[in-house]
Amino acid sequence: MSASSSVDGPPQKTVAVNAIAAALLDAALAPIRWGLKYAGDHAILLGQALTGLVRKPFRLRLFLEQAQFVGVGSLPIICLVGFFSGAVSAQQAIAALRIFNQERFVGATVGISLAQELAPVFAALMITARAGSGMATELGSMRITEQIDALTTFAVDPVQYLITPRIIATVIMMPIMTMVFNIVGLVGAYLYAIFLEHIDLGQFIEQFRYWTDPKDYIIGASKAAVFGLTLSVAACFQGFYVRGGAKEVGLATTRAVVAGSVSILVCDYFLIDIFHLLWSSQS
Amino acid sequence: MVFPIVTPAPTSSDQTPGAGPPAVEDLSRRDERWQIRVRNLHKTFGPQHVLRGLNLDIERGRTNIIIGGSGQGKSVLMKHLMGLLKPDEGQIWVDGEDVVPFDTRQMAVLRRKFGMVFQYAALFDSMNVVENIAFPLIERYKLSRDEIMERVRDLLRRLDLENVGGIEQKFPPELSGGQRKRVGLARALIDRPEILLYDEPTTGLDPVATKNVDDMIRRTADEFHVTSVVISHDMASTFRIGDRISMLAQGVIIVSGPPAEVLVSRRPELREFVETSGLVPREEQA
Repeated sequence: MSASSSVDGPPQKTVAVNAIAAALLDAALAPIRWGLKYAGDHAILLGQALTGLVRKPFRLRLFLEQAQFVGVGSLPIICLVGFFSGAVSAQQAIAALRIFNQERFVGATVGISLAQELAPVFAALMITARAGSGMATELGSMRITEQIDALTTFAVDPVQYLITPRIIATVIMMPIMTMVFNIVGLVGAYLYAIFLEHIDLGQFIEQFRYWTDPKDYIIGASKAAVFGLTLSVAACFQGFYVRGGAKEVGLATTRAVVAGSVSILVCDYFLIDIFHLLWSSQS
Repeated sequence: MVFPIVTPAPTSSDQTPGAGPPAVEDLSRRDERWQIRVRNLHKTFGPQHVLRGLNLDIERGRTNIIIGGSGQGKSVLMKHLMGLLKPDEGQIWVDGEDVVPFDTRQMAVLRRKFGMVFQYAALFDSMNVVENIAFPLIERYKLSRDEIMERVRDLLRRLDLENVGGIEQKFPPELSGGQRKRVGLARALIDRPEILLYDEPTTGLDPVATKNVDDMIRRTADEFHVTSVVISHDMASTFRIGDRISMLAQGVIIVSGPPAEVLVSRRPELREFVETSGLVPREEQA
């Protein structure tokens, strides 16, 4: 009898090849499986949180606390980053427009880029860094100190109590923070352009008014709401499902910020296409 | 309805995984002596088979202690009793009702019977002492602020926390270990539960604080007439406060009975536990 075959089964060589092929296929599919599970787990948590929104009891106080934390608490950092983002945008726009002797368009350029891109994305990244990391840390600490188990023992749904207010508050506060970012960014651009680059004040305002449109702000605010959803779900998921101790809470916070930031940039790519498609089909 | 189930003897038992003569008993009737009856409980986490057909009886109105080494599944058992975990197999009968198939709503009603004191109290960091203690009342009932405060202050007084300077407005990080345990107990007691579960209540406390917590458990059982279930590996505390002691090892209860019976058990796991704790002199090796 050959060493590579048996009487009853297929040749051993074939079996080995099949096993290797199966292992390779498994390895190739592993990232897809992981991705599907990752997205599915987040979707389940979001579904549970949204169910909690339409089920009694309604906890307005918890929502207001989170709105205060995500919104009012983030105002200083939003204003600081907004001001300098606007000023830097104006600086870059003037440098580029000067080549064509068209510096007067700086108000329009900065206005549109802030409204559609810079304000929602930067505001979302700032909120991720500040509020998203805070949510992940707080929920993670509550998990490892059994506070979430304690909620369950009092027959309180921890998802409804902890996650729903955080997600809803972030979704509502993100567009507001984006508008604040827009205003402060324009002030930064205005001050830089008028006082340091001596752009004509009338031209700055006139071009801004002529070229910017309410749709730019609607697109920006809508994107901000979606970013608020993705960043808050990512942060809550990482914190809520922490297992272990302080080290794991730290890792969960890092993952929350990374996942939140990446999701914002990935969503941004698709959203801008979707919004332009929707708007062009309507007009 | 009669459920054919393998059970341990009521007073003391030596359970071995997969062994024991089957006895038929009706667990669906409310038993005056046994409040919780656990039968053939299995729980697996990945490759780890933590509970392996565990049987346990919890005596009504008494202090029941469950002892066992680290990683033996004591906290897992406790979480099953509270309904925080679902078993892979087995039944948990509470006052004649198998609670394992309960849905979320039934579980919410059942949990009103229970109060749980967590290992490190698990007080909510974002709330002060009064808010922590009042939390179950606020969540479950529509009571006026005065009614809530009256019940909170009554408990603070009964647990000797009333005259601790300004404790009502303090937040958990400002409390000592012993104070946290007592506030955690107050929170567990505020809704007048029938069953109180303590998860390793003396862990991390000095000997004096440990004795104080022991006294508190004993006094609570007598004063509030609750069934106490205490998870512990502190043998001195166990024999000081326990009315009934059960030892968990290898996923099953290997010994269960009154302290005097348990103390003389020949099970090697228990002997090692008892002798290492210094409660009885170590026997010479043959």
